[in-house]
Amino acid sequence: METVIKSKMNKVLNRMEDPRETLDYSYEKQLELLQNVKRGVAEVTTSKKRLQLQRAKLMQNIDKLGGQAKDAIAANREDLARLALERKAALVQQVEGIDREVAELEKQEEKLIAAEKRLSTKVEIFRTRKESIKAQYSAAEAQVKINESVTGISEEMADVGLALERAENKTEGMKARAEAIDELMEAGTLQDLTGGKDEIDRELSKISVQSNVESELARLKTEAGKGPEKAKSGEEGKSAEEKKEV
Amino acid sequence: MIIRIMGDGQYQASEALCDELNEIDNRIVGMVEEGKAEEFRKELAKLISEIKEKAEAIDAKEIVESNIIVPPEDLSFEEAKAVFRGSGIFAD
Repeated sequence: METVIKSKMNKVLNRMEDPRETLDYSYEKQLELLQNVKRGVAEVTTSKKRLQLQRAKLMQNIDKLGGQAKDAIAANREDLARLALERKAALVQQVEGIDREVAELEKQEEKLIAAEKRLSTKVEIFRTRKESIKAQYSAAEAQVKINESVTGISEEMADVGLALERAENKTEGMKARAEAIDELMEAGTLQDLTGGKDEIDRELSKISVQSNVESELARLKTEAGKGPEKAKSGEEGKSAEEKKEV
Repeated sequence: MIIRIMGDGQYQASEALCDELNEIDNRIVGMVEEGKAEEFRKELAKLISEIKEKAEAIDAKEIVESNIIVPPEDLSFEEAKAVFRGSGIFAD
């Protein structure tokens, strides 16, 4: 990789009439690379934020599933509680995966920021050196000095370029994963077990509707003067009538 | 010797340290040949941490070419096959 970059660079440099132009050309490339590194750092930061956002959503759903499991146990529905806990465990696994990726991205971020610092220090030195070479030497004399300066910094450029490439490959991979999770959430595949009314919710609300109905019924009966005792006797009477009919 | 750890800057290492590093380097070559990916990873991490600990970091203001270039820690095993072969990255 390094040799590829170096040889490409040398091809361009050899074509220039005045060797001093190669200094400006190299400097231009250095600035370009610095811009790219800055963009690379921003990209890494963006993917990190995206993963952190997804993590927050997953955590909300984990809390919700935990609450559902509790409610289900309170309603004596171990089957529902089990379902909620199984889903919770699956989401916890997703979160663990995200945590590993965020840690990885943070490492990349740090490395790129450090690389950018090193390169920008060297670029600044190069700029000063370039101006002094241009001022001190004629085109004919400058060649050796120029070669020294340019080859010295081109190693750094190759290194930074490669670090950038590796970081980009990693963020691409993570972007793909983050997109896949987003798509799953949007398509409802995960939504069923996370956001919105899911089957656990429906079951739990059915239970609470039933118990509400029962207590309301009991209240109405008491209000109508038909306490549980009277209601019972009424029922007996009814069954007696039914017997008569038969 | 000037050593560059890719993505981590340059270091000035003594001859004695280079001999020590060369031993690790040779072990890595063996591991890569034998397909021992896990051990390779540990040994590469060791090579890099030894340089960082025992060699002297070169100021970012210095613009010098390196004698030896050490690949980054996250080098894949496939990539390693091209880098760590023969006498490795340190000449024997």
